[in-house]
Amino acid sequence: MEEKEALFKYLLRLGDNAAILGHRLSEWCGHGPELEEDIAIINTALDLLGHARSFYTYAGEVEGKGRTEDDLAYLRKEREYSNALITETANGHYGDTIARQFLFDQFNYLLFSELVNSKDETVAGISAKAVKEIRYHLRRSTEWTLRLGDGTEESHNKIQQSFDELWSFTADMFAQDQSDEVIIAAGIGPDLNSIYTVWREKVKTVLTEATLENPEDGWMQSGSKKGEHTEHLGHILSELQYMQRAYPGARW
Amino acid sequence: MNEQNLWSILDEVKDPEIPVISLVDLGVVRKAILVDGNPIVTITPTYSGCPAMRVMEEDIEVRLKMAGYKSIQIETVLSPAWTTDWITEKGRKALQEYGIAPPEQSTSDKSALLGHPKQVTCPNCKSPETKMLSQFGSTPCKALYQCNDCKEPFDYFKCI
Repeated sequence: MEEKEALFKYLLRLGDNAAILGHRLSEWCGHGPELEEDIAIINTALDLLGHARSFYTYAGEVEGKGRTEDDLAYLRKEREYSNALITETANGHYGDTIARQFLFDQFNYLLFSELVNSKDETVAGISAKAVKEIRYHLRRSTEWTLRLGDGTEESHNKIQQSFDELWSFTADMFAQDQSDEVIIAAGIGPDLNSIYTVWREKVKTVLTEATLENPEDGWMQSGSKKGEHTEHLGHILSELQYMQRAYPGARW
Repeated sequence: MNEQNLWSILDEVKDPEIPVISLVDLGVVRKAILVDGNPIVTITPTYSGCPAMRVMEEDIEVRLKMAGYKSIQIETVLSPAWTTDWITEKGRKALQEYGIAPPEQSTSDKSALLGHPKQVTCPNCKSPETKMLSQFGSTPCKALYQCNDCKEPFDYFKCI
């Protein structure tokens, strides 16, 4: 595979992760368990939206067919999205959202800490900005994992179940295909296998401190890199893309 | 008109959400040059998703048009990433007087990961006894604090 094509796919994956999780978090707007949390979660959504915009814009330039950030966000079909499956899982109760966020933030932080050294200058530039923000996301989701895990019996049991249920979606974050080999060889992005080892250790440390059981690796969901998604993504896109589908070309 | 003139005009454009600090003092304006008498202004966002960027661009354009410039070019760059270290001394003072605690010195906030929030001085009564209520505040760039002495809640411009 050509480097340009691999880079385009890689940028879409980064953009899709941010766009879909950002959209999921935005669904909490006005529904947060308390005002400060409502604000915090929407701030996180806003940061992710910013990352998505940067990656989509750059992806459009790399592709060279004149597609804009909006074209890539609003006019691709479900099978063309390559976001990690965990980002599209349902918000559920607050413990579900926090567990999803912690598992993803930990991955995202490690990934972006490597991407700042990317040989692609634009990727490095976007990532240097984003990693500062992701550091705050990770801190918040870590604190909440500790608080809910080592909280009341009810919060402990609930978030334990959240981690147990989300666990089968974690391997998919680290999935790599042929295009990733091109990206790694070109020094654009890191080998996710090496990130996985650190991620596993970090997650284990926090869950243990939160008095939670570390879920065992069982059967794992996969497919996002091939555009195979859970039933949730179609519903997310039907809301996210509604305006552009119903009124093509509509502008503010 | 020369470039020095251009900078002093830009210094009159305030942040749309914190109207006491100029975009120059905030460190958002990175470069301002004249090419054949036409201004080219380079700006950088404080946060990736900062919703005020578009308004900032418009405010700069309007102010420069008022100053008589016709063809104005505004470019956005992400790299190098904005840091709170770029806020000028004048800007820090303006924030403080407005009731927003300016960022404590030193960039990359490692405490963000370690879980030890920085000691922040209350902008109202100057007490060092304050606590963080939430690391996310009314805008992406701020955290919410409260003073243990005067009990006043206040915004803190967090370090990135």
